[in-house]
Amino acid sequence: MAKAELMDFDKALELFEPVLGFEVHVELNTRTKMFSDAPNFFGGEPNTNITPVDLGLPGSLPVVNEQAIRYSISLGLALGCEIAPSSRFARKNYFYPDLAKNYQISQYDEPIAHDGNVEVELPNGKVFQVSIERAHMEEDAGKLTHVGGATGRIQGAEYSLVDYNRAGVPLVEIVTNMISGAEHDAPELAKAYVSTIRDIVVSLGISDAKMERGNLRCDANISLSPRGSGKLGTRTETKNVNSLRSVERAIRYEIQRQAAILAKGGTITQETRHWHEDTGVTSAGRPKSDADDYRYFPEPDLLPVEPSEALIAELRAALPEAPAIRRRRLKEAWAFTDLEFQDVQNSGLVTEIELTVAAGAAPAQARKWWTGEIARLANLASVDASSLVSPLHVSELVAMIDNGELTDRLARQVLEGVIAGEGSPAEVTKSRGLVVVSDDGALIAAIDEALAAQPDVLEKIRDGKVQAAGAVIGAVMKAMKGTADAARVRELVLERAQQ
Amino acid sequence: MSEITNDQVSHLANLARIALTPEEIDKLTGELGVIIDSIAKVSEVATADVPATSHPIRLVNVFRPDVPGPTLTAKQALAGAPEHDGSRFKVSAILGEEQ
Repeated sequence: MAKAELMDFDKALELFEPVLGFEVHVELNTRTKMFSDAPNFFGGEPNTNITPVDLGLPGSLPVVNEQAIRYSISLGLALGCEIAPSSRFARKNYFYPDLAKNYQISQYDEPIAHDGNVEVELPNGKVFQVSIERAHMEEDAGKLTHVGGATGRIQGAEYSLVDYNRAGVPLVEIVTNMISGAEHDAPELAKAYVSTIRDIVVSLGISDAKMERGNLRCDANISLSPRGSGKLGTRTETKNVNSLRSVERAIRYEIQRQAAILAKGGTITQETRHWHEDTGVTSAGRPKSDADDYRYFPEPDLLPVEPSEALIAELRAALPEAPAIRRRRLKEAWAFTDLEFQDVQNSGLVTEIELTVAAGAAPAQARKWWTGEIARLANLASVDASSLVSPLHVSELVAMIDNGELTDRLARQVLEGVIAGEGSPAEVTKSRGLVVVSDDGALIAAIDEALAAQPDVLEKIRDGKVQAAGAVIGAVMKAMKGTADAARVRELVLERAQQ
Repeated sequence: MSEITNDQVSHLANLARIALTPEEIDKLTGELGVIIDSIAKVSEVATADVPATSHPIRLVNVFRPDVPGPTLTAKQALAGAPEHDGSRFKVSAILGEEQ
């Protein structure tokens, strides 16, 4: 639907109540796959991180990865879920070559975790309780590349190429119950929910949680209920939402699209829709009915999982603090103002800043770089800031500024180099030949020149009006193209002015 | 007698990329029919108060440690593939969507 045909967001909310639901897939960062001892490493040469189990070859048998069970239980507990005393794997049967077995091993009627609750705080301070229906374990599928046809998409492709390196990577799928009452905050809530899940899995250390790499994937369900009707609308399920900002934008778009159709007397088709990051729209995918028949049945090659109470207690005791509690703690530890902390929350970079501070940077510096220059560059590139640079590198950058190796201006150039993949801050500084001029000789020459060019300023400094020196310092910094240390320049200006 | 038809078996074989001769389809149609009839018979006695059995032996919690083992090379992996591009399996154009 063209942007012009969408209904205005406020108008849509006047007429309809949005009802949301999310399915978030989390790839666990175990060393090996869910059911085989192939390395859990997606990337590299196609079809090399696989075993006969991942190809479903005759005679091969899956065996459950113990670490994946522990991670799944920890995640279930962190989501406030009950852990099932006995849970089972099930076969989800379908003919599609992203898995070689023609079924996916998943969990169906006996998930490992169920009935949880996640507290989600919005940037505006509102707190929502999102109720979790279940969290179940399953295996990821291989990657298909569609070749031929005009678009490179499935429709019109001549053939597809399959890489099974990702097949069998452990996943936990977290399914929410229906969420109503979000109203105007629906798009923000969607973003904040996924962000909260990301914070939880990062704090548990069980996933790399990079959305742009597909470690964390969100399918967003949304329907509109006409105000006062008390009836649920038909839902769509939007896939391919690969960043936090996409989650927000996709929900907003679907509300406006569905409202426009409904207001004209049309009906919503129950279907999957694909989010297009570049154009900011969703397009129709496969029709989907609740009666999709995957012929689930208990996986006969695997045995039930029955975690002992002692194991559950052990994992519960090892849980990190809940994100909501952590937020309160960090706000106090960092000593930011309400506005500053809100700024950090809005940016979705709390974890990055925390890791940067943990690596040695001062909180104010960490905040300045993440919500300033890095966020700006991320915005320009339409990606999440967390995907650009690692907290370790930011902390290294800050340390180099602190000890005078870099000025802010040089640091920005170094940051660009780090983002461009040229190496660590120290490496980029070296390879680009960026050094702060600490040779007083070069500085003194520039200062004398600047003082000579501004005799009135020189007079003022000599009269004790030290703040007038700013004009000269500015001129010197400009002449040195930012490679000078401003504090040293100031010292030298005051010294030279008295001679 | 079940209502499995030759057409159903032929469709299923096509989905599973298994080449069957008309004689094999005839034979499998009969055999699958017998299997379905047998399951129907078991269903008659499997009432709600009988828990489902997925294993004859009562075992639980069989796990393996999270330690990587040997993997196939791409060449080995592709050895049985009808078509490939040297590193990836090649499959015919797919209508429909990822699951």
